[in-house]
Amino acid sequence: MLIKGNIALSENGFVFNPSTGDSFTLNNIGKEVLMLIKEGKNISQITDLLLGKYDVDKISLERYLSDFVNDLSVNNLLEE
Amino acid sequence: MSKLMFERPTITRLNPGVPSKHGVGTVVAPLPFIDGVKVDDLLDKYGSPLYVFSERTIRKGMEDIKRAFNLRYQKVQMAWSYKTNYLDSICRIFHQEGSWAEVVSGFEYDKAIGNGVKGENIIFNGPGKSINDLEKAVRNGSFIHIDHIDELFMLSDVCQRKNIEARVAVRVNMDIGIYPKWDRFGLNYENGEAWDAINRIMMNPKLKLMGLHTHIGTYIMSVDAYRVAATKLADLTYNIAQKFDHHISYIDMGGGFASKNTLRGAYLSGEDTTPSFDEYAEAITSAIINSQIKPDKLPTLILETGRALIDNAGYIAGSVLANKHLSDGHRATIVDVGVNLLFTSFWYDHKIHPVSIHSGLVEETTIFGPLCMNIDVIRPSLMFPALKRGDRFVITRTGAYNNTQWLQFITTRPNVVLIDQNREVHVIRRAETLENISANEVIPEYLG
Repeated sequence: MLIKGNIALSENGFVFNPSTGDSFTLNNIGKEVLMLIKEGKNISQITDLLLGKYDVDKISLERYLSDFVNDLSVNNLLEE
Repeated sequence: MSKLMFERPTITRLNPGVPSKHGVGTVVAPLPFIDGVKVDDLLDKYGSPLYVFSERTIRKGMEDIKRAFNLRYQKVQMAWSYKTNYLDSICRIFHQEGSWAEVVSGFEYDKAIGNGVKGENIIFNGPGKSINDLEKAVRNGSFIHIDHIDELFMLSDVCQRKNIEARVAVRVNMDIGIYPKWDRFGLNYENGEAWDAINRIMMNPKLKLMGLHTHIGTYIMSVDAYRVAATKLADLTYNIAQKFDHHISYIDMGGGFASKNTLRGAYLSGEDTTPSFDEYAEAITSAIINSQIKPDKLPTLILETGRALIDNAGYIAGSVLANKHLSDGHRATIVDVGVNLLFTSFWYDHKIHPVSIHSGLVEETTIFGPLCMNIDVIRPSLMFPALKRGDRFVITRTGAYNNTQWLQFITTRPNVVLIDQNREVHVIRRAETLENISANEVIPEYLG
């Protein structure tokens, strides 16, 4: 899973796609997940990292991460 | 080390369209307490969903409306509109605050008597009074507001046969320059029907004309409509005095004051557009005071305000059951409060607050109830934070009509609690059980 190379992500969670002109905002956890994806982490690594940090159970986290990745894909932010 | 609070990750597309004319973003404030009581504690103890009423808000509302009217008019009497909320504890708070009872059925009439209201302090409205209802109300000395000519004849007949005397008022409908015109209740002013009824009553020895009544509609945003209505009732009052030398005791302006809820489809929030009690009071009292009625004969002004007094005092707290995406990618959240509990979601864009703090980021969301029915939509679209399964929320201004028009549909109805002025919590209606619901069913022997 890779974020498209030209996607700009700012420190305060603002995302810009220069090829479509679309812009997005992320909440704090969305920003953290997107940065981890950018760093090349896979979903299982991200799950482990977040489980250690946040008060959430594994099943819920996996469900919300898969939902979020689906949102990224629907919004054309992931490489095919 | 304790872990950080988790909020599900979200990404929201920014739409550079027409900016909001108000220039501010959507802020959805959390609501962790109601009257100083933790919502989490309430839901833990009494279950989710849960109706919550604030006694403090009810009494404050009564104080506000009485102040607004008493400041401008010397004789004002409130009458609590039972159909707006007839939970007995709620009614009793209004009665403690000096309200009479305004009822529209034999069922409500008996409820008012059960709540300790004297018969002579009950106003009996509505088009569907039975002969037995009428006789009981007459014997108790209640005020019977005649809705149609058939009722006038029926009442006259009861009084003749039983040799009793009724205290009556005429409900008058009229053109007050707003749409829709409420002409299905009462007798019309413009076509002379109301005057005809008044004449018949004045000539009937068994009927004593005590007052005139109108109810111009519901959620009326125009105070001028009340000014017109009060002027017309004052004219009728004057004409009665001129013709019969009879001075009626009261003018009843009914209800219809808007609450601060926002009507579905309204562009501006009800908080910004709803007239204050002072504005309504100014329009109504100035119309009566400036009429031809002699100052020493000014009638008592009765108000049957319901919605504007109880809406703000009611809340429904609940929990998120699930999140999902609709086919177009739109976010939807399913909650445990459906239209069975929140009938007013058909009329209002109710405000919904998360109980806990959130990141502040909101996304466009549809809020569905839990019923397996397509109509079960609490909010078709609102900007809402990313709540996850189990997160809790509070819907505000739900006090009017939801505990009378609620539906026992698909499931049972939950607990209703009242927070008193000392922050003590009381269950005022226990959650229903299957046994409650089945109790009145009768199974024929052959199906046994």
